[in-house]
Amino acid sequence: MGPPRMVEWLISPFLQYGFMQRALFGSIVLSVSCAPVGVFLMLRRMSLTGDAMSHAILPGAALGFLLFGLDILPMTIGGLIVGLLVALGSGVVSRFTVQKEDASMAAFYLISLAVGVLLVSWHGSSVDLMHVLFGSVLALDDEALYLIVGIAVTTFITLGIFWRALVAECLDPLFLRSVSRIGGPVHFLFLVLVVLNLVGGFQALGTLLSVGLMMLPAAAARFWSNDVRSLCAASVLIAVISSLGGLVLSYHASMPSGPAIIFIAGAIYLFSALAGRRGVLASFLVSARHKTA
Amino acid sequence: MSDICLEFKNLTLGYQGRAAIHHLNGTIERGSLTAIVGANGSGKSTLMKGIAGILKPIGGTCMSRGRRLAYLPQQSELDRSFPARAIDLVSLGLWQQRGLLGRITRKDGEKLAGCLAAVGLTGFEKRPLDSLSGGQLQRALFARTMLQDADLILLDEPFNAVDERTVTDLVALIGQWRAEGRTILCVLHDHSLVAEHFPMTLLIARELVAWGATGEALTRDNLLRARNFQEAWDAKAGWCEAPQSAAFHVHDDIARSRDRKHGAAAHG
Repeated sequence: MGPPRMVEWLISPFLQYGFMQRALFGSIVLSVSCAPVGVFLMLRRMSLTGDAMSHAILPGAALGFLLFGLDILPMTIGGLIVGLLVALGSGVVSRFTVQKEDASMAAFYLISLAVGVLLVSWHGSSVDLMHVLFGSVLALDDEALYLIVGIAVTTFITLGIFWRALVAECLDPLFLRSVSRIGGPVHFLFLVLVVLNLVGGFQALGTLLSVGLMMLPAAAARFWSNDVRSLCAASVLIAVISSLGGLVLSYHASMPSGPAIIFIAGAIYLFSALAGRRGVLASFLVSARHKTA
Repeated sequence: MSDICLEFKNLTLGYQGRAAIHHLNGTIERGSLTAIVGANGSGKSTLMKGIAGILKPIGGTCMSRGRRLAYLPQQSELDRSFPARAIDLVSLGLWQQRGLLGRITRKDGEKLAGCLAAVGLTGFEKRPLDSLSGGQLQRALFARTMLQDADLILLDEPFNAVDERTVTDLVALIGQWRAEGRTILCVLHDHSLVAEHFPMTLLIARELVAWGATGEALTRDNLLRARNFQEAWDAKAGWCEAPQSAAFHVHDDIARSRDRKHGAAAHG
């Protein structure tokens, strides 16, 4: 395949089909929004929290789906409410008792997940469940796109305003507590962003895969960068490449789009873990040449 | 008394209803330099957290009359794997002046550079945190504390795992802060360092053992008493029966600490 044919292979799906353009636009906006949130989750050693929360929003989304059908607004609001309840519940338990947040989060999301599956099996069919779990980026309507753009703008502004506090809270939380009371509220606000982005992603990628676009680019970027700003930029770039690559793969190989996007992100992660500047190979290929200081 | 910077009134601090330090009374004078000494688990760090306002008292009060407080926690609280540069860590010290959104001005940059120079870290601005040695990291943390421009400075075991030269430099810096009229409380284990550089000492063992001029507080008897305290939390520990009013009273004033020999010095 020569370069011109390669380019054609890459862009023709988007030139030919409106739904592919919408899918590309939606997933790129989602990438820009999700990836920096994933970076902060990773830096706060909460990488698995995203996964837990993605399960937690299921009953809310399912309830919206059961009551109003495949309408994005009730599903989103349902997911948002349940996600925030889980975040708040686990936050309250960890703040006021001896239990750490990982344990309380696990407890709350498992309860939520069980309720979600019960709800879906009570009223819906397994096809419905598949939709909630795996979504479809190829079926993004105007409403879904507006929602994703709204969430991206909210995320961008919130991260911009609270950047300094988020960095301080990750780096030296005790110091932050000595100079400001903002640490607690910022932690909760950050969890709200996590829930918002997962909810934004589930229409496109489903609840289980939206966390992939959040965590995999962030984890991959860590092998290339050692600065929070460039980490965020690198993770956004990786997420955008994954979205583009995944959609092209899904088009040409007739694969489901969500898993294809996450598959590409996973491939980039494995490559980065191996060949990144701070990856496995770099740790073995230590040169004997060195600077004196 | 306008020269008081910090006042403890029957202060009890702890976790889950158990006291880590209880019934502390006394005052810290403005511009004083006090070492806080005691064995592991004697309540030193808890006291620091209480003064810094991070831990709410179980009972009593801790009143700070300082304009601004700087707290340097133990190094172990810091996430060294965080992808930040030395300058990012030090610039956290601008929080009280600039807050969440305030712009870092050129003047702030100059102040920051001055603080880095004072701790001997000029040229280290862009070094990643995980590449700094223990001593360099501690110097960076001192630069941050300095940048806070506080009149009450709390240092929790600032010389742990730090080499002799760094200790000498940082002790000199503490002396300079004191000369500028700042009030400093410093948790320390090295008694010879305390004897040499710290005029006042607060010796604790989950309660006050001695408080006054270092030479008089760090006596053999007092140190022995401080060493033999009940370190472990006793599952069968009873409720504290000490009166809720002041059980004893001490001052960090040298003359009064001498008088104190004739009165009640410590609780228990």
